[in-house]
Amino acid sequence: MSNEKSNLQKVLEAGHFSVSAEIGPPMSANAEYVLNKAEELRGLVDAANVTDNQTAIVRMSSIAASYLAYTNGVEPIVQMTCRDRNRIAMQSDLLGAYALGLKNLLCLSGDHQTFGNHPQSKNVYDIDSIQLIDALRRLKEEKVFIGGSACRVPPEFFLGGTVNPFADPVELQIIRLQKKVRAGAQFIQTQAIYDVDRFAHWMEEIRRLGLHEKTFILAGVLVNKSLRSIQMTQQVPGMLVPDALVERMAGAANYEEEGVRIALELIDQLRGIEGVSGIHIMAVGWEEIVPSIVEKAGFLPRPSMASAAE
Amino acid sequence: MIVAEQKSFDEIAESLEGFQSVVVAACGTCVTVCMSGGEKEALKLADMLQIDAVAKGKKLAATVITPTRQCDMEFLDENEEALDSAECILSLGCGAGVQFLAEKFPDKVVLPGLNTEFIGVNRDLGYWTEMCQGCGDCLLAKTGGVCPVTRCSKINFNGPCGGSFSGKCEIDKETDCAWQLIYDRLKRLGRVEKLLEIQEVRDWRTSRDGGPRSVKREDMIV
Repeated sequence: MSNEKSNLQKVLEAGHFSVSAEIGPPMSANAEYVLNKAEELRGLVDAANVTDNQTAIVRMSSIAASYLAYTNGVEPIVQMTCRDRNRIAMQSDLLGAYALGLKNLLCLSGDHQTFGNHPQSKNVYDIDSIQLIDALRRLKEEKVFIGGSACRVPPEFFLGGTVNPFADPVELQIIRLQKKVRAGAQFIQTQAIYDVDRFAHWMEEIRRLGLHEKTFILAGVLVNKSLRSIQMTQQVPGMLVPDALVERMAGAANYEEEGVRIALELIDQLRGIEGVSGIHIMAVGWEEIVPSIVEKAGFLPRPSMASAAE
Repeated sequence: MIVAEQKSFDEIAESLEGFQSVVVAACGTCVTVCMSGGEKEALKLADMLQIDAVAKGKKLAATVITPTRQCDMEFLDENEEALDSAECILSLGCGAGVQFLAEKFPDKVVLPGLNTEFIGVNRDLGYWTEMCQGCGDCLLAKTGGVCPVTRCSKINFNGPCGGSFSGKCEIDKETDCAWQLIYDRLKRLGRVEKLLEIQEVRDWRTSRDGGPRSVKREDMIV
C-alpha cells in the first residue's frame, strides 16, 4: 500500500490555497450519480467531502461513494460521524477506506437523528468526534487500536475536524477546537461563513493561540440558489446569516446570479484573512454551480501535486 | 427518583381483556412521589377499570394493594396473600417492580401499568427531567456536576457539538445544551481550564453495554 500523502495534504503543505467542495451521495444505489458529480468537479478542486448520511437521512455510504469519486478522478474527503457506528465499526470501516486508497478523513459528531428520515432509530455515540480524531492519530503514529492491540499496517489518514466559529459560548468552542488540534486534526473545515467581520474577529483569537500554524483552517462558503435557500439557511441552528444578506437576495432581480455574486464576494474576503488556508465550497442541491464559482474566483488551474514531484 | 408515567387507559384495559379479577399493585416509593403509580393513582385506576368493564357489559373485580417497594422481596412476601387474590396483577411499579412480581408469582400473569421513563428530578408541578443514565462510572467531578452522558443528546465528552445555539440543544429549543450548563458552572467556579483536558474514550462495560448488570457487596454478605 502506498503511504503517499493525499493530494489535499500535499497542496496545503506546499503552501497553496486549497479549494474543496462537496459531493452529497444519492438516496439510492445509483453509482452513475456519484460518478457524474465527480466528473463535474474533476480537475477543479483539490478534494471533495463526501458526506456521511448528512442530516441523518439515509444515503449511499460515504466510503462507497468516496471510492466511486476516487475512481473518477476526484480525491474524496471521507466523512465519518459518531452517530451511527461504535468504535468497532468505525475502525473497521476506516481500515477498509484507507485500503481502498481514500486518504482524507473528516470526523464529525453528526446531526442528531431526530432531523432525518429515521427519527425512530437508536443512535450510538460510543465515542465523540475528538476521541475519534485522537484514536486515528494514535492508530497512525503508535499503531494501536482504541482497544490497545497493535495494527501492523495502520491507515495514515490526513485527519480533519469541523468548527463553528459562530456557535456560542465562543470561549468553549475555541477550547474544543484546541482539543481537536491537540487530538490530531490536521485540517479544520468551518461552518459556512456569511458574517465575515465576525469570522475575522474569531480568526484573531485563532492566530493569538497559534492554532492556524498547527492546523489548516479551511473557510466554509455556502452557495444559495434562491431566496428561500438563504432564508432556510438562516433558520438552521448554528448558522449566522446577517439580515442584510437575506434582504439583498430578496431585492435581487435574479436569485441565482445574486447567490453566486454573494459567494464570490465572501470567498474574496475570506481568502484575504491571515491564517485561512483554503476555501470549502458547499453548494447543497446546486453542485453544478461549483465549477463556475471556482473559475470565477480565479482558483484555476489547481496545483498539480503528482507523486513524481515528491 | 425513577420517573414513570401511566400507560394510556385503553392500553391497560386492553391488556386486561379476558380477566375477571385483577390486583392493582401500587408501589410506595418512586412512583408514588412522581404520582404515577402510588396508592392514590391505583385506587383511581381500579375504579375506572371497573366502571369501564360495566360499561362494556363485562365483569371485572379490581382490588388495590400498596407494597412499600415492589423492588424488595420482603415487601412482596409481606403482601403475598393480597397480591395472590386475583387472576392477574397489574403492577404500577417501575419495570423492576413488574419483573420482581413476575418472579414472585411464576404462575400468574403480571402486567405493566406504567412506562418507566428515567432517573430524574422534579423541577416543577408535573414536570420531571432526566438526570442520570446509571452508566456505572460517574464523571460528574469533571463536568461541573452536569452529566453529558445523560444530558448531551450526542453524549459528547469533550464539549458541545456545532448544533449548540444560545444555550440550547439542536434537537429542540426546550432542551438545554448540557455543555453550556457545564461551561457556565465551571466558569462560575473558576475551573474552565478543566475543559482543556481531552477526555479519553470511555469504558462502557460499566453501563448496559457490558450486559445486564448486578452489584454484589461482599461487606454485606452474612
